[in-house]
Amino acid sequence: MTNYGESRNHPFLSYRDCESRMTALALNRKTLRALLPLLSLVIVLVATFYAQPRTMSYFGLNLMLQYAVPIALATIAQMFIITVNDLDLSIGPFVGLVGCIGATYLNDTPLLGIVALALCIAAYAAMAALIHLRNLPSIVVTLGASFVWLGIAVLILPSPGGKAPDWLKAIMSLQVPVVPFPIVAALAIAALVHVGLMTSSYGVIMRGTGGNPRAMARAGWSELRTKMAMYALAGLFGVLSGLSLIGLTTSADAHIADRYTLYAIAGVILGGGEFVGGRVSPFGAVIGALTLALAGSFLIFMRISPDWQIGAQGAILIIVLALRALINTGEARR
Amino acid sequence: MTGMWSKLRQQPWIWSFIAMIAVWLATIIFTRGQGAGDILTAALSFATFTIVIGLGQMMVITTGPGNVDLSIPATITLSGVVAMKIMDTDNARLLIGIAAALGVSFLVGLFNYGLIRLLRIPPIIATLSSSFLILSTAISYGRGIRIKPPPMLDDFATAKVLGVPVAAIFVALLSLAIAIVLKRTRYGRTVLAIGQNPRAARLAGLNVDLTRFATYVLSALLAGVCGIVLSGFSGGAALNMGEGFLLASIAVVVIGGTSVAGGRANVPGVWGAALFIYLLDTMLNVFGASAGIRLIMTGVIIIAVITIAGGDRAQRS
Amino acid sequence: MPKVAVELTRITKSFGAVRALGGVDLMLAEGECLGLVGHNGAGKSTLMHVLAGTLRPDSGSLAIAGEDVSAHFSAATASAHGIRCVFQELSLCPNLTLVENARITHRALKGFGWKARARKLIAAKLDEIFPNHGIDVDAEAGDLNIGQRQMAEIARAFTVTDEPLRVVILDEPTSSLDAVTAKQLLTFMRREVAKGVSTILISHLLGDVLDHCDRIAVMKDGKVVAERAARDFTRNSLVAAMGAAAETKSVRQIRSRAAKISTEIAVAATPETAGRTASLTVNKGEIVGLAGLAGHGQTRMLIQIFEGARKPGGATKVAGEAAFIAGDRQSDGIFNLWSIGENTTVSSLKTLRRGPLIAADREAEMARDWKERIGIRTPDMNDNILTLSGGNQQKALFARALGSKADIVLMDDPMRGVDVSTKLEVYDMIRKEAEAGRSFVWYTTEIDELSHCDRAYIFRNGAIVAELGPDELTEDKVLHASFAESA
Repeated sequence: MTNYGESRNHPFLSYRDCESRMTALALNRKTLRALLPLLSLVIVLVATFYAQPRTMSYFGLNLMLQYAVPIALATIAQMFIITVNDLDLSIGPFVGLVGCIGATYLNDTPLLGIVALALCIAAYAAMAALIHLRNLPSIVVTLGASFVWLGIAVLILPSPGGKAPDWLKAIMSLQVPVVPFPIVAALAIAALVHVGLMTSSYGVIMRGTGGNPRAMARAGWSELRTKMAMYALAGLFGVLSGLSLIGLTTSADAHIADRYTLYAIAGVILGGGEFVGGRVSPFGAVIGALTLALAGSFLIFMRISPDWQIGAQGAILIIVLALRALINTGEARR
Repeated sequence: MTGMWSKLRQQPWIWSFIAMIAVWLATIIFTRGQGAGDILTAALSFATFTIVIGLGQMMVITTGPGNVDLSIPATITLSGVVAMKIMDTDNARLLIGIAAALGVSFLVGLFNYGLIRLLRIPPIIATLSSSFLILSTAISYGRGIRIKPPPMLDDFATAKVLGVPVAAIFVALLSLAIAIVLKRTRYGRTVLAIGQNPRAARLAGLNVDLTRFATYVLSALLAGVCGIVLSGFSGGAALNMGEGFLLASIAVVVIGGTSVAGGRANVPGVWGAALFIYLLDTMLNVFGASAGIRLIMTGVIIIAVITIAGGDRAQRS
Repeated sequence: MPKVAVELTRITKSFGAVRALGGVDLMLAEGECLGLVGHNGAGKSTLMHVLAGTLRPDSGSLAIAGEDVSAHFSAATASAHGIRCVFQELSLCPNLTLVENARITHRALKGFGWKARARKLIAAKLDEIFPNHGIDVDAEAGDLNIGQRQMAEIARAFTVTDEPLRVVILDEPTSSLDAVTAKQLLTFMRREVAKGVSTILISHLLGDVLDHCDRIAVMKDGKVVAERAARDFTRNSLVAAMGAAAETKSVRQIRSRAAKISTEIAVAATPETAGRTASLTVNKGEIVGLAGLAGHGQTRMLIQIFEGARKPGGATKVAGEAAFIAGDRQSDGIFNLWSIGENTTVSSLKTLRRGPLIAADREAEMARDWKERIGIRTPDMNDNILTLSGGNQQKALFARALGSKADIVLMDDPMRGVDVSTKLEVYDMIRKEAEAGRSFVWYTTEIDELSHCDRAYIFRNGAIVAELGPDELTEDKVLHASFAESA
């Protein structure tokens, strides 16, 4: 599973002159790859505006992007897990569970609600410990966990209902001048995570664990602790995602976020993240999530038959990934 | 006796069978022996479908980390819809319907592998994206109309011999064939070798690309078979007929002792796990557990099984 | 009498049945450079992993500056005591920049402005050791070439923040460096030693060790067999101490084989990666060596030939089928979950079929046959491959290739970590197979092994830079050609 990047099959250098040219080319490719998520978003956005000019307004964008915040938060949660080379198949049901807790305990007995949510985060950290100590495949453990989250959610809220706390609704319907709230919120989330994961000294340790776990252990960093921290962070962002979601819907349902698992994985990958090797991008992930959220609205405006809407989302995913493959092909030849 | 037990204990599938028998015993103790046979018959009927797709998923997962087919539920649906529409309740069109459904499934496998190989999309994302497309195709083609299966298909899917569903017998033969393929053919050996070390497999002169291609096609074809028979069993194709099969297909593979790290497949384990999952559900039902408790128990047991059985599989560094 | 920096006493370590260290005593004084030499598999790297805290010894004790630290020794305590290491398998995170990689080994680099401090630290050290290095410290390690990565890792090992710098272990530090940078490193190392830092230099380049170390310890079969001041060693006495019987020129074969080699060409290839390069040809029944410093494109050449055999019609012409014998058994060779038998027969499955199915009896027969022919030491070929020692695993890989129908056998430095008796058996087998008409392309890092070849090509930076005939396959000539550009 792990590729240490320094395996013997790594391309060896050829002549120096030719090498410097290669480096320049690789840099171009790198920027191109980094810009690809943004480019996809812009294309989808422009296409939406073209199909339905009325969306090109404060309220239009607000409406189209309102679900971008919970999706972006869930995508960031998934990104934390992917950073340490794992995959979380339970984030969707987990967000649903948080929604159910939020629309019941958190509203009725806030203290109990907060304790329950804290336990949810602790459960994520415990999952990391189990996965690491027993050397288990994360997809299977999180697959099992997804049943558990769903079960608890169904116990808490057997049928759709509940009521989101008023303060949550207030936050989610916040009006910011000029730029619609979802965009501001999504960018703020991305910036916060970027600082934490990409520029802070502890973020380096987290990403390093994804890049070369053996080297990290050799330098004396505990992989167990890093993984637990990353899973706990994923849990935290899952909680935020669930709360922001019911802030929008005002009520909850155990199955409210089942699709988020797939959205979150797709968002990370659309955003330029890679499944292994600790190469992720918070801004990319948030942009990926925005693109997916927008794609839904775009397809409606395009009057694409509802039958084909889900298919068109698949097609967008494929096209973006195909473009990335095209960019990468040149790089792989190096 | 002890010797046999210690040998048995090393078989990764043994746990799923022990769990299955334990759950079955607990159920019939609770019902005081009532319906012990019926429970097994029903379990075999329902588990058959999970086993068919589980075998396909098993082959895919065995080709190594990262390989998984998430398009199985969509393929089941598409195949069921195509088969029902073309058969149009007419026995005479049965074979054309089957051929068309399997043809479509083959195309799905081809498309999946095309995305993985040509566009270098990680299998999990490739099969996920293609499942969206497949599902849309099914929705658009099927238009939500429920068409009944031709009587012959209906009869076949629900027929029983001495309480054993005929479909289960066919799946048993299929399982035997896959077990032999894995152990005694070059294709099977290549699947196992790729799962352990794709680079070494290539350098040993094995055909890695062709084998992975065949494996994704096999998985799609088995999902297609499941779609056809399931339509017969449940009185027609429905657009949500694939639901639940995604998690089930992965769960039976893992609980059955197939290594998620690749390179080790286990056919009997898929049977044990599929029966176990169904019997567990039955047991919790009989005990009067609510839907929530049933879900929690399923999850806890998946985690427990992988925790108990998984520790020994960690030889891969 | 200088103070003792590190003292290892009676260290033992076994991996399964293989005893890697059999009670090693080693002392390192402050401000001393110790050279550590020995053949591949002598236990040098294992010993250094013990010293670095990344491997726990089975027994023995370890003292740093007089303080016994054996009780809870780990990578973190080693680092806290000022022990740094540059390992052969590099330990940079490929997804992080060099600046970020510096942070990983320095806990003190945190808080506000850590990045600027880290950048200054690593850039200054790179400038100090390798003037004009031209490495961008903000580039991701994975985007650098292997030589640049090695330079970065060396520089990182010498950076100092809050933890002291007491001992630096350099395990083959020059393996991917060109002659100029290697020289820069060795000069720098002497300067640090003069300042009181102790270093341990492991190198297969005996000249470097003789010229730059104060004292040399020679390891053999997991033990230190000789330990003297460097000036008391000569190249010959050092080689003799390593117990390299193979180096004595008397065992060189008489070159009567040349006459038997067919003129039929089995392989014609040109390295794809290099701009200016010579080409390679292999005749039927010939044993052709690929030499030069480790990792200069030899493995890639072998893989190119291997792929050429699978896809006829390309630029690489290969007449017949090719089989590959991995040197890096773990990543290129063995299938961990399989038995010895399955590992042996995997390349011959086509011929073992009866109808569409593989015949169990024929498979077992082939496994049994090769167990005898190549002498795999196991009670049962159905046991898991990992029950074998490294050398015997390698034999199984030889059996896999030699047992297949392949006309051309490609060998990727396959004798790494293989004991002498196995080697001799295998050399013998290769010669016989070649006489029977098989062609061999043999990449080796051990110059002695070239004496079994009919000809050899020398690789440098991915290109073929020289071809040596049977009378030119001496260590001097090979090294000269490997280094010619800058020496």
